[in-house]
Amino acid sequence: MGLPRPEELISNVNLKKMPSKWWMDTLPVEFKPGFYCYGAKGKNLEYVNFPNARDFHVTDEDWKLPEDWKKIVIEGIKQRLERFRTFHVFMDICVRCGACADKCHFFIGTGDPKNMPVLRAELLRSVYRKYFTSGGKLFGRNGGARDLDIDVLKELWYYFYQCTECRRCSLFCPYGIDTAEITIIARELLNLLGLNTDWISGPVANCYRTGNHLGIEPHTMKSTLEFMCNDIEEITGIKIEPPINKKGAEILFITPSGDLFADPGIYNAMGYMMLFHELGLDYTWSTFASEGGNFGFFTSMEMAKRLHSKIYEEAKRLKVKWILGGECGHMWRVWHQYHNTWYGPVDFLEEPVSPITGTKFENAKSNKIVHISEFTADLIKHGVLKFDKSRNDNLIVTFHDSCNPSRGMGIFEEPRYIIKNVCNHFYEMPDETIREQTFCCGGGSGLNAGEIMELRMRGGFPRANAVRYVHEKFGVNMLANICAIDRATLPPLMDYWVPGVRVSGVTELVANAMIMKGEKERTMNLRMEPLPGKEEE
Amino acid sequence: MGIGLAFIIVLGLILFAYIGTELLGLKSLFAVVFPYAALIVFLIGFIRRMVKWGKSPVPFRIPTTAGQQFSLPWIKYSKIDNPATGWGAALRMFFEIAFFRSLFRNTKAEIMNGKLYVGSNKWLWIGALAFHYSFLIILVRHLRFFMAQTPWCISVVDSVDSFWQIGLPMVYMTDIIIGAALLYLLGRRIFNPQVKYISLPSDYFPLFLIIGIIATGVMMRYFARVDITAIKELTLGLAYLKPSVPEGIGSLFYIHLFLVSVLFAYFPFSKLMHMGGVFLSPTRNLANNNRMERHVNPWDYPVKHRHYEEYEDEFREKMKKAGIPVEKE
Repeated sequence: MGLPRPEELISNVNLKKMPSKWWMDTLPVEFKPGFYCYGAKGKNLEYVNFPNARDFHVTDEDWKLPEDWKKIVIEGIKQRLERFRTFHVFMDICVRCGACADKCHFFIGTGDPKNMPVLRAELLRSVYRKYFTSGGKLFGRNGGARDLDIDVLKELWYYFYQCTECRRCSLFCPYGIDTAEITIIARELLNLLGLNTDWISGPVANCYRTGNHLGIEPHTMKSTLEFMCNDIEEITGIKIEPPINKKGAEILFITPSGDLFADPGIYNAMGYMMLFHELGLDYTWSTFASEGGNFGFFTSMEMAKRLHSKIYEEAKRLKVKWILGGECGHMWRVWHQYHNTWYGPVDFLEEPVSPITGTKFENAKSNKIVHISEFTADLIKHGVLKFDKSRNDNLIVTFHDSCNPSRGMGIFEEPRYIIKNVCNHFYEMPDETIREQTFCCGGGSGLNAGEIMELRMRGGFPRANAVRYVHEKFGVNMLANICAIDRATLPPLMDYWVPGVRVSGVTELVANAMIMKGEKERTMNLRMEPLPGKEEE
Repeated sequence: MGIGLAFIIVLGLILFAYIGTELLGLKSLFAVVFPYAALIVFLIGFIRRMVKWGKSPVPFRIPTTAGQQFSLPWIKYSKIDNPATGWGAALRMFFEIAFFRSLFRNTKAEIMNGKLYVGSNKWLWIGALAFHYSFLIILVRHLRFFMAQTPWCISVVDSVDSFWQIGLPMVYMTDIIIGAALLYLLGRRIFNPQVKYISLPSDYFPLFLIIGIIATGVMMRYFARVDITAIKELTLGLAYLKPSVPEGIGSLFYIHLFLVSVLFAYFPFSKLMHMGGVFLSPTRNLANNNRMERHVNPWDYPVKHRHYEEYEDEFREKMKKAGIPVEKE
């Protein structure tokens, strides 16, 4: 991928050495290839009625901004100060204690001080101070304030698209200042000027039109699922016919479209179908709500709401009782923390009850949305499923807590409980790198573009380093997770830093080990590789 | 950046108070006008700031979840770090404010030989806790200057603080601890390259200001002789709104009082407002019960989104061909 060898990549990163020039004096920002995504295409912005739609090239001198762009941004800041207490408080109370500085994977991997969360936020805070505080107005630079000019705007763009909104810094902040929240708002401001990236705006437009980011049209979705079912039949001898857009089904199942498309997500999708078939679950896929992930969340709150609204609308149309969600990171962040507020009260659905075990999902009684890990853990606890754990014996598994479900939900035990019940070999990475302290994959929040591979490899370095530790110590060769972005970004990360470690969803592991009624003797796993002990046949 | 500037400003303030009282004799200005003005600025500024923040709504429930969620009954959940109830959130805030729980978690990352090492790092937590608690105790101790009769609780604080009696007058533990903590916090800003790089004049200024306050206070107590009876007459007068300026109070006291006044007046306009803001941080003070209970966004508005009908209109033929059920044939 045109990158230096792994041992060279961070050899010159020195977290203790800061540039000789002070951060306000390092403009204009140098757009280093490999560190920024391509600019948004006009047609995609136009499709969802974003302002200032035009083709946008980052390295062009002229960003083709509206004439009153400065006013738009300042007005935008004002409006958001009035709308978000987070933003208002976080602009004011940071004491620059530096506790967050070395928590960011992008700072650790690049050594660029503007990737320290505190300084990333200061880029915007300096503008806020200039136009909204007396200290900033009076003392200018000495008050930490600076004018919003085109170089500052470009700098904001560069660095707020170098943040994956993972919230790790927020965990360590004594005031809970959440850089993800600041990044979200900074990106909203940039979007007022049509300054998005191609990798985000493309999926957003796709999702609006087809219901999913990948632009999968309904008939293609059906054939994709059927294609997977052919593989399932070959592996297990069981024929599954996935229900699609089925009215009156009890449960609507939503997962990110990444699970329908690429290796290794597809194995997880096969796993879902096998699990539901084995349970005899009355559920349905939807082609309209064929995406749980929400790239709108990486543009603006409003766009996120526009995209996610299809889910409840579809639940209403199909007259399901409740919604079950697959393994995804930011889809769950949005569902868990935002969606009930946007769409509720969700009074046309029923409080979720597992039709198999009768368990009431108390924690989802208002939202009516249950996480697949909650659902599966409950099944296992009730002994509903039978497993042959030895089928996963060739796998030495560790679990990567995906940032959004960790620091935006707190879902830690369920996936671990599942993995321990379906795999014999499970090892944790070091404590400082898992659970709420987990490190980001380096590609979240719309940063999983190919053109920023260097940034991703650097940002993913802390994650990879912890995997390398358990790879060397315990021979770990499988990195399980509950996020589709992880399944997209971790494989190249592993290939680069820790070759020999592969990536899987949790449900793939479940389906591998699950003994299905009427199945033939399995010789292959879902990846059509021989099961341990069956290599000779 | 700005350490020199901050230092010079504090030095200037000291000089200003010295010249004002010693050379120009403007004692009433420094003893009465400035303290009252500072207190008024502080109170009004503090309240205004809190009200301003409070007026911004909290549209979404976005706590940082630092522990296991409340989910299935057999899974032990983290009641404090990921509270599901208001009481849990209150407890979380209590631990945050009383013991700096988030800072307690602090780690340090280092890259050596191409590997990343992450380890525990509690120094900032210790330093911050030592500073804030010493400051609080010193503030409480000072209340005896503002009351004719020292209440027993303040006497208790006083005697506990001076538990280590080293010579006469008694040495307060907090005087030593706060000095050390301030030097540590300042040292961090100067010697930790990351912290140095992010620091602004407004980070050094309050440090120097408080160091000035502590230094003058310590000097008055242990080294320079000050007329404590006269000072108490002044402070009592201020407290009972009958200000009088007795003779015989040295400049050292006026410098001390002036720096305190500056600190109070500066407070509402500065990062020191973290004291009030920490209570309002939505990532910490909300319960993580987002899916359990509905939260209302006061400025929510309907958005244009794509409806199923439009979608089916676009794809109907393809859906029919693939055998996917449609609404309209």
